[in-house]
Amino acid sequence: MTGTLEIVDLHAGVEGKEILKGVSLTVRPGEIHALMGPNGSGKSTLSYVVAGHPKYQVLSGDIRVDGQSVLGKAPDWRAQHGIFLGFQYPVEVPGVGMATFLRSAYQSVHPEKPLDVPQFHKYLKEKLRLVGMDASFLQRSINEGFSGGEKKRAELLQMAVLSPRFAILDETDSGLDIDALRQVGAAINAAASPTVGILLVTHYQRLLNYVKPHHVHVLVDGKIAESGGSDLALKLEEKGYGWLREEPPTPGVV
Amino acid sequence: MAAPTRDLPSEDYSRYAFKDDIVYATTIPKGLSEETVRSISAIKKEPEWMLNFRLRAYRHFVKRAMPNWGGVLSNIDFNQITYYMSASKKEGKTWDDVPDKVKQTFEKLGIPEAERKFLAGVGTQYDSEVVYHSVRKELTEKGVVFMGTDTALREYPELFKKYFGTVIPPEDNKFAALNSAVWSGGSFVYIPPGVVVDQPLQAYFRINAEQVGQFERTLIIAEEGSRVHYIEGCTAPVYATESLHSAVVEVIAKKGAQVRYTTLQNWSKDVYNLVTKRAHAHAGANVEWLDANTGSRLTMKYPSVYLLGEGAKAEIVSVAFAGNGQHQDAGAKAVHLAKNTTSHITSKSVSKDGGRTTYRGLLKVAKGATGVKSTVRCDALMIDDRSRSDTYPYIEIDEEDAAITHEATVGKISDEMLFYLQSRGLKENEAMNLIVLGFVEMFTKELPMEYALEFNRLIRLEMEGSVG
Repeated sequence: MTGTLEIVDLHAGVEGKEILKGVSLTVRPGEIHALMGPNGSGKSTLSYVVAGHPKYQVLSGDIRVDGQSVLGKAPDWRAQHGIFLGFQYPVEVPGVGMATFLRSAYQSVHPEKPLDVPQFHKYLKEKLRLVGMDASFLQRSINEGFSGGEKKRAELLQMAVLSPRFAILDETDSGLDIDALRQVGAAINAAASPTVGILLVTHYQRLLNYVKPHHVHVLVDGKIAESGGSDLALKLEEKGYGWLREEPPTPGVV
Repeated sequence: MAAPTRDLPSEDYSRYAFKDDIVYATTIPKGLSEETVRSISAIKKEPEWMLNFRLRAYRHFVKRAMPNWGGVLSNIDFNQITYYMSASKKEGKTWDDVPDKVKQTFEKLGIPEAERKFLAGVGTQYDSEVVYHSVRKELTEKGVVFMGTDTALREYPELFKKYFGTVIPPEDNKFAALNSAVWSGGSFVYIPPGVVVDQPLQAYFRINAEQVGQFERTLIIAEEGSRVHYIEGCTAPVYATESLHSAVVEVIAKKGAQVRYTTLQNWSKDVYNLVTKRAHAHAGANVEWLDANTGSRLTMKYPSVYLLGEGAKAEIVSVAFAGNGQHQDAGAKAVHLAKNTTSHITSKSVSKDGGRTTYRGLLKVAKGATGVKSTVRCDALMIDDRSRSDTYPYIEIDEEDAAITHEATVGKISDEMLFYLQSRGLKENEAMNLIVLGFVEMFTKELPMEYALEFNRLIRLEMEGSVG
């Protein structure tokens, strides 16, 4: 199906251990989905598998962009086809300047819309403003010496620059104090648009005070145990995840 | 994961390997003998003292055993090498004086353009004789001398004799002896007291003819309180047989002088590159060696600074890149002979496809040299499991209060780094290139812009085929 990211009955794992045990989820542009769940439920695994981390293996099921399977495709292919992963732990790459990196990434993902250096810098400036970052960031090496909040905002800057159609933001709220959380929330709202479908992966409800999801899914033990509207997040905040484990899993909810 | 595509960014690399058909004006037959040495000196119409210097060096060379450390030197056949060759009999001062064929070669290397932009002066070694030189008028007016070493011997005989061979005597090592016996060309730089040269002085060195040894000799004298940046870039055509490059570079930084010497090398993969580089740093002087080694079959080079006066500083940064069949045995030496002297040594090496890098360094603090501070840092990056990296840090400390730190790391490109960059759309090879360029960035960022771009292109070229 065009214009969708479809995860279909996905079973996947790492080092021979099955972690995702049949996950199905469809994200369309303009939608914000929150994927919640306790630690170890498989949230990060799902994020990595969709982005194509070579350490993880897909055992069965499928992941499709516009109806085309991404299985077996390299991470860069997936990026070029509109998938973006905002990392929980962004990786430092010493000596590689943000500006150089962003331009190379942009050129790789959007060969159809070439920008020369001055145009790109103008474009970059808009995006910096969007996520509330100072231009001095561009002079620094990728994530090197960034504070927790800066790293997360730098992920959102990359998302804004690459303008993906599907963005998975893995625990973008983790490790942030209240002020940083507010900034990150604002940056996500700024980066959200009718052309991007967002999957917000989060352990806590607190980010959802700033970003309103259309759909909330709860992942427990590698399966989606519950799906609902934004009120589901509030219920989780109040009751925790325990009740979902005690109830029999709801089958086939998507 | 499926195999990603392996395309490299399209760059024109052909200009790194070309050869043209120059008719050499003077060539001495292959092989080395006392007669060879006498002929070279005679062709150059040198004074008696230089002939004697050459002969003394030759005799030492013959006696001196080959080094039994470093790389494999046994394949060098000294009798299969041409020791002197000149493309043009006299040195050109202006572009018009340079022979057309040579000019075309320079154009391929981008020199005229570079000069127009910001060069303060160009000294280019075309095989064994300097053929082109220009120093901007204002530098000449300030008393700066930047010319071929042979010319300097004729035009500044007293200055020349006073300093030549004083930093590196012929007896220093076998290859310094060889150079001293047969040297030809190179640059001579003299900066008068207090003169600051803002733009880098540049020389472009090339080997052109097959089996031509290059034995250039560079001498830089920076008088009290002066400042200069000398930069040499090397490219060489690719040939199947062996060539030898054995240079000697002497730097004298007087009280409070600041000298930076930058080398970017890309010898073809059959060249033995055996170079002796040494500086004397007098009180309060600051000497920096920035030294990049790509290409060559074997490089043995350890730029050194003798810290002779109180408060002198040395900074030595070397970058080495070894691919298939290559051995880069490089490093640095800091010899602290005075109080409150400082040295910083940084080495970055990359090995791939079975290439080998070696860091070999000496840090010496002599008796009486109190208050010394020194840091040594060596980082090695291995692209694959077939490659090799070794570290030989020699440390001799004769004063207890020396503050010395030494750090060495050996690493590989992490999967997490690769995945991160690939998830932003970069192909695997481009991601690896970026990581490697980042690894050596602390060197690149010190270079003038166009050299930095050139160096990055060379690294990308070296990285070609690293994936898959």
